[in-house]
Amino acid sequence: MTADVAGPSSGSPSRAEDVILRTEGITKRFGAVVALRGVDMHLERGEVLGLVGDNGAGKSTFVKILTGFQPPDAGRIYLEGQEVSFHSVTDARRHGIETVYQDLALVPQLTVFQNLFLNREVTSLGKIGWLSNRRMRRLAAEYLHDIRVNVPDINAEVELLSGGQRQAIAVARATRQNAKILLLDEPLAAMGAKESTLIIDLVKDLSKNRGMSMIVIDHNYTHLFELCDRLNVIQQGRVTVNKRVSETSVEELTELMVAEYRRQVREGQAPTGS
Amino acid sequence: MSDVALAEGASSGSPAPQFAGRGSPRSLLGSVVQRRESTVVVVTIGVLIYFALRTSTLYSVANIITIAQYIASIAVLGAAQVLLLVLAEIDLSQGQVYLTAPWFVYLLWADGIAFGWAVAITLACCVIIGAINGIVLVWLKVPSLIVTLAVNYALFGLVLVESNAIQQNMPGTTGHLGIWLGIGSWSTILWALGISTIIWVLLKRTRFGTHVTATGGNELAAAEAGVPVGRVKIWCFMISSLAAGFMGILDAIRIQSINPGNSGLDIVLPAIVAAVIGGTALTGGRGTIVGTVIGALFLGVLEDGFNLIGVSANWFYLVEGVVILVAMAINNQLGVLAARTRR
Ligand SMILES: Nc1ncnc2c1ncn2[C@@H]1O[C@H](COP(=O)(O)OP(=O)(O)OP(=O)(O)O)[C@@H](O)[C@H]1O
Ligand SMILES: [Mg+2]
Repeated sequence: MTADVAGPSSGSPSRAEDVILRTEGITKRFGAVVALRGVDMHLERGEVLGLVGDNGAGKSTFVKILTGFQPPDAGRIYLEGQEVSFHSVTDARRHGIETVYQDLALVPQLTVFQNLFLNREVTSLGKIGWLSNRRMRRLAAEYLHDIRVNVPDINAEVELLSGGQRQAIAVARATRQNAKILLLDEPLAAMGAKESTLIIDLVKDLSKNRGMSMIVIDHNYTHLFELCDRLNVIQQGRVTVNKRVSETSVEELTELMVAEYRRQVREGQAPTGS
Repeated sequence: MSDVALAEGASSGSPAPQFAGRGSPRSLLGSVVQRRESTVVVVTIGVLIYFALRTSTLYSVANIITIAQYIASIAVLGAAQVLLLVLAEIDLSQGQVYLTAPWFVYLLWADGIAFGWAVAITLACCVIIGAINGIVLVWLKVPSLIVTLAVNYALFGLVLVESNAIQQNMPGTTGHLGIWLGIGSWSTILWALGISTIIWVLLKRTRFGTHVTATGGNELAAAEAGVPVGRVKIWCFMISSLAAGFMGILDAIRIQSINPGNSGLDIVLPAIVAAVIGGTALTGGRGTIVGTVIGALFLGVLEDGFNLIGVSANWFYLVEGVVILVAMAINNQLGVLAARTRR
C-alpha cells in the first residue's frame, strides 16, 4: 500500500466519493522486465497528482494502462467507484480520460489540424466519413488561439514544427476535449521557458476553472511543486512515497526516495550497479 | 467554441497568434517543386511530344483506345497499391489475383452458375484473399512483402493445377453485361478512372484515408490516438484484392480469353512502378493517386510509342529501367528542394 512510507494522514483522501480514480495492484511485465509490480494509487476529484521516478520506473507504462492503450497483467481500476476495464484508447476516452503521451503521438506527415483531430475527425455523410476540413481548420485555429498556442500555420505538416510546437499541439489535442481526467506524460519535456509557462498556466486553468482531475509526470521538481496538489514517487514499479505538496519539500522527497532505494538494495530488489 | 475562458489563465497582453500562411505567396517554382507529381508530369509530357513527332498515329482514336486499354489495369492496381505503400506495406499478390479472378469466374460458370453470380462470388473470394493477406500480416506479424509473395505463388499454383495450363475462352463476352464489363472499347478505361477516383477520394477526403496516412506515417502514434491500425491495414488489402480481381475480369472479358500460364508479378510490378514514379514513397505516410495514374499513362505511351515507331519491344525494358532510375533521382532531389522552399 501507499501507506508504507507516507503516513495515512498525508496522502489519503478524506471521503470515498472524492476519489475519481483509484487503482489496486496494477501489475505489468514485458518478457523478463517487470515494469509495474502492484501500483496502488488514487486521484481525487479536481486534484493534480504528480508522478515522479527514475527513468524506466514504470510511469509511462502506468499511464498507458490507465488510457486503455495496453491492458494490465493484474490489478483493478476504479473510476468514480465503479470497476472499469478499458479495451481500447477509444474506450477510455469514452469514460472521459484523455492523454498526452510521452512520445506525443503525432503523425509527422499530417497537418497541425489533422493531428489535432486525429481519430476524432469532424465528418459528414455518416459511415462514409467525409472530412469537414474547413470546419476542422476553423475549430483548430480558434482553439489554438484561445489557449494562445502559436503555430505558424495549421495547414503545415507537423514534420516542419519545432519540438516545443509539437508538444503544444499534443497538449492542445488532449485538452480540447472536456475530459474528466487528463493524463500528461512529461508535457513540458521539450519546451522552452516561455512555452512551459503557457502550458503550466493552461493546465492550472483547466484544473481550477473546469475542475479537471489530472496526473502529471515530470522530472522537474520546480514544475511539479508549482502544478501539483500531491506527489507520488514510483520506484521499481511501485508507489513508494505519497505526499501532499503543501506538507513536503524537495529535500524530504529526495530523502524518502533514497531511504526507499537503500531498503530495496538491502532486500535485494533493486539493482546496485551504477 | 465555448472555450474562450481557457485563455484567462494565460498571460494577457501577449501578441495575437499568427495563423496565416508562412508569409510571402509561394513562388511558381516553389509550388511546382512541392507537388509530388511534378516529375511524372514532365516525363510524360516529354514522351507524348517525342512520340507525336516521331509518328503520325499516336493521337489516332484507335491508338488512344489501345493505350487506354493497356493502362486501365495498371492505373487501378497502382492506385490500390498506393493505399498499401502509404501504409508502408506492399501487395505483390495483386497481379496474381488479377489473373486468378477470371479463372474463378470461368470455373463457376462452367459449373452452371449464371455469369453475373459467378462474377459476384469471385469478387467476394478476392476480398477474402485480401483479408488473408492483411490478417497474416497483422496477427502473425509476417511482413507484407513475404505474405503477399507467398499468396501470389499459392494462387499461381492453384490456377496451374486447376487448369493444366490450358487456355480457355472467357465467358460473358456476349450480351449487355459484357459490353459494360470490358467489351465496349471505352469500358475498361472508364471503370479505371472511376475506381481510381474512388480510391483518391477515399485516401484524401475521408476519415479512413486520414487513418491510412496516420498508420503509415507513425503507427504507434496512430494506435495511441485510438486508430484501429490493424483493421485499417486489413481493409486496405481487401480493397487492393477486390480492385485487382475486378480489373482482371474486365480485361479477360475484353481479350475474351484466359491464359493461366501468365505470371502475376509481370502485372503487379508495372503497377508499383507507376505508383513510385508517380511520386509515392515506399517509406509510408505519403502517396499520390493522381501521380500513379499519370505514371500508368507514361508506361502506356512508352510501350505503345516504341511499337508505333517500330523499335523492338526489347528496348522498352531498357528505357523503362533507365526512366525509373532517373525519375526516382529527380523525385528525391525535388523532395530536398521542396523542404528548402518551405522554410
Ligand atoms: N512495449 C514495451 N516492451 C518492452 N518493454 C517495455 C515496453 N514499454 C516499457 N517497457 C519497459 O518497462 C520499463 C518501464 O518503462 P516506462 O516507459 O514505463 O518508464 P518511465 O518511468 O516512463 O521512464 P522515463 O522517465 O524514462 O519516461 C522499462 O524498463 C521499459 O524498458
Ligand atoms: Mg516515461
